[in-house]
Amino acid sequence: MNKLACNIAGIDSINPFWLASAPPTDKYINVVRAFEAGWGGVVWKTLGIDPPVINMSSRYGVHHDRSRNVIGINNIELITDRPLETNLREIEQIRKEWPDRVIIGSMMAPLDENTWKELAIKIANSGVHGIELNLGCPHGMCERGMGSAIGQVPELVEQTTRWVKEVVDIPVFTKLTPNITDILVAAEAAKRGGADAVSLINTVNSIATVDLDLMAPTPTVDGKGTHGGYCGSAVKPIALHMVGEIARNPETRNLQISAIGGIETWRDAAEFIALGASGVQVCTAAMLYGFRIVDDMIAGLENFLDEKGYASLSAFQGKAIPNVVNWNELNINFDTKAFINKDSCIECGRCHIACEDTSHQAITMQQNASGGRDFVVVDDECVGCNLCKHVCPVPECIEMRPVDNGLPVLTWPEHPKNPLRVDIVSPENTLAETGENHE
Amino acid sequence: MSTTGKVTIDDINAGFGDLHKPYNKSQALLEASRCTYCFDAPCIKACPTGIDIPTFIHQIRTQNVKGAAKTILSENIMGGTCARACPTEVLCERACVRHHDQGKPVEIGLLQRFAVDHLLDSSEEHPFVRASDTGKNIAVVGAGPAGLSCAHRAALLGHKITVFEAKPKPGGLNEYGLAAYKMVDDFAQKEVDFLLGIGGIEIIYEQYLGQNLSLEKLRSEFDAVFLGIGLGLCNQLGLESENLSGVYDAIDFIEQLRQTNDKSTLSVGQNVVVIGGGNTAIDAAIQAKRLGAKNVTLAYRRGEDNMTATDWEIDLARKNGVDVRLWLSPIELSGEAHVSSITFEQTTIEAGRLIGTGIHEKIETDMVLKAVGQKLNASVLSDIVIEGGKIKINDKYQTSIPGVYAGGDCIDTGEDLTVQSVEDGKRAAHAMGHTLFGIEFKEV
Repeated sequence: MNKLACNIAGIDSINPFWLASAPPTDKYINVVRAFEAGWGGVVWKTLGIDPPVINMSSRYGVHHDRSRNVIGINNIELITDRPLETNLREIEQIRKEWPDRVIIGSMMAPLDENTWKELAIKIANSGVHGIELNLGCPHGMCERGMGSAIGQVPELVEQTTRWVKEVVDIPVFTKLTPNITDILVAAEAAKRGGADAVSLINTVNSIATVDLDLMAPTPTVDGKGTHGGYCGSAVKPIALHMVGEIARNPETRNLQISAIGGIETWRDAAEFIALGASGVQVCTAAMLYGFRIVDDMIAGLENFLDEKGYASLSAFQGKAIPNVVNWNELNINFDTKAFINKDSCIECGRCHIACEDTSHQAITMQQNASGGRDFVVVDDECVGCNLCKHVCPVPECIEMRPVDNGLPVLTWPEHPKNPLRVDIVSPENTLAETGENHE
Repeated sequence: MSTTGKVTIDDINAGFGDLHKPYNKSQALLEASRCTYCFDAPCIKACPTGIDIPTFIHQIRTQNVKGAAKTILSENIMGGTCARACPTEVLCERACVRHHDQGKPVEIGLLQRFAVDHLLDSSEEHPFVRASDTGKNIAVVGAGPAGLSCAHRAALLGHKITVFEAKPKPGGLNEYGLAAYKMVDDFAQKEVDFLLGIGGIEIIYEQYLGQNLSLEKLRSEFDAVFLGIGLGLCNQLGLESENLSGVYDAIDFIEQLRQTNDKSTLSVGQNVVVIGGGNTAIDAAIQAKRLGAKNVTLAYRRGEDNMTATDWEIDLARKNGVDVRLWLSPIELSGEAHVSSITFEQTTIEAGRLIGTGIHEKIETDMVLKAVGQKLNASVLSDIVIEGGKIKINDKYQTSIPGVYAGGDCIDTGEDLTVQSVEDGKRAAHAMGHTLFGIEFKEV
């Protein structure tokens, strides 16, 4: 039995892994190769009205870490630069050849009701399973009043969604841009417009690097550059937050979510699903490594289900949502302290200098009898910030151990020191509740 | 070796190519990424010159390779030679924390070479600027690592330096003593040329202390004198027939080898016996093998733990086909005019003392290389105080004669390490600047 089989906004998929609307889904040959590799579905590269756009030469910028791993890419490519009919005929062809795979048609158009509706109908007639509205492209198309120019105006998000919903009977995914202040405003607008699902995030506005010889942003086009859309593992935390907000917001919690943003591994996908996503879309990872990476995404996610005893994705879908709360709902009496495992410590001193210079002077460094160095956590100074654990080069050498301080769960709104607290308690109670020593 | 099994000229010269292939950029970045950028790093403490290793490796990672080289050279102007010749396995790399979790250290030596070579190959200006002229003149005797390091640092501080060198070329053991496969492409000369780029240093060659050069004269003509004269004499076995042809000091063998471009023109014995347990013995044995000797035996009178050669060097010898024989003390050389055999007595430790067992072993040989240590030629140093056969200095590198400083292998703390000699020269330059001229000691 295929444990990864799932349903996204009413569409059955053999697994939750779709390729996002982007260069990898631009034409027949790419999509067939993706399906041969095992991807459950694709969102076809965004279709527009003819004549097709013209793309620049020099399209991607890159953000490397110092070991030359790609942590992010930005691009200034526009939507498909092939005629609409060419794309639609290829979609029809692949729908016949790969009946168990999902194809979603991505679209954008100038802000005109008839144009939107006619394009949506043409795409639906090609046999796609659903339509995704590209309201997020942050470069080029927005200068023509499309993409993020629509996605940044809630009324237009609602309106374009409604236009499409009025003329097609297949699921509609409204794709959201992260280049706004509060993702909930756009998500609620999509819902009002009748969206079956939201897809997020689209790319983040960015300049990847500045070429210090040319003194120009990259990618550089004949000596000049423009801001592009940033994607890849670096944007995953931004995407997780936005997905989590929509999933826990009472107004939008019933919207289906197709999560996008820096998903490279099965674990990334599982995190989005735990935050409520029904499926995920991948682009950058495929561009970096090829379609074969889906192999481990599938195998890894299956292993995860087996290890945790989940019968299907829905068994853990959204399981983390209740634990995403506002800061005000956190237990301020919780206490955790760093513990350095001496056996695995390599004595590099990174924890010490990080704490000493930038935190709480809570890790001492002492020469020991055998000529090595001992690093010891001063519990009284440790505030449990986790920094030492993060900078330590050895996995699992530093662990954070919760302290049983016997104190009750207490939030900031209830805290005696909160000046805005409504019911003031006596100073004696304050001492007992916070456990602080005022002497 | 060629497929016919016959050793060709190319085979022989190929044997003296780089022992360690230098890193390309990709390899350097990968290896640099293994460095944890330790705070107060143990590798810095393990380096006699105190190079800020984590910082220079970090600079390689940020692709500030020139900055990395400057970090190295600011503490060790011969960082290029040290990167090639240092026994890193017992110095910086032994202290590397990556032993603990990854089982092997960061290859600090190769990274250092990558950075320094980058700077030297980029043929830019000398990276350090000489201080304004102090008007002080310093004589340096010996253009080896200690002398040149002292000269460079003293020049940096603004003094004018005259170096007196006995040989026709500068570099000392870097030029004449290190194994050829550690110093390919005439690196010793390249490094000296670079070092002299600071300005204010003149080298005069073929100046022999005790012959055409006297300490008294130098004292009268210069504001200070630094002795970096190394150990000029070779210890002998003390056997009869030691003057048979075919019996050489290993140092001379290596020097000749280093000064010959086409190694295939050199003659080497068929059955070579090297006597000694230090790195010179190892270098001589391996190079004899690579010159085409059929059998090379390295004989040492004690156990492997007593050898001053590092484990890595001993292993290298074995990998090169050298037969390392322990507990053998030479007692007799035989031969008519040319050596034909050497007889050893097996040794053992009894009551803490090395004694002969009375059991003899004879090895056929046509070439014996003696590498049983060098010693100071004290006769040329007038009445300077000698202790333990070496020049006695105080903690400021001053000898017993006022205004005369010393460093490197010739001093009583000398360690037979290029990197220690460089540190001695550097410190002595600071010390004489401070004591004689009132220049504050400060790390540059």
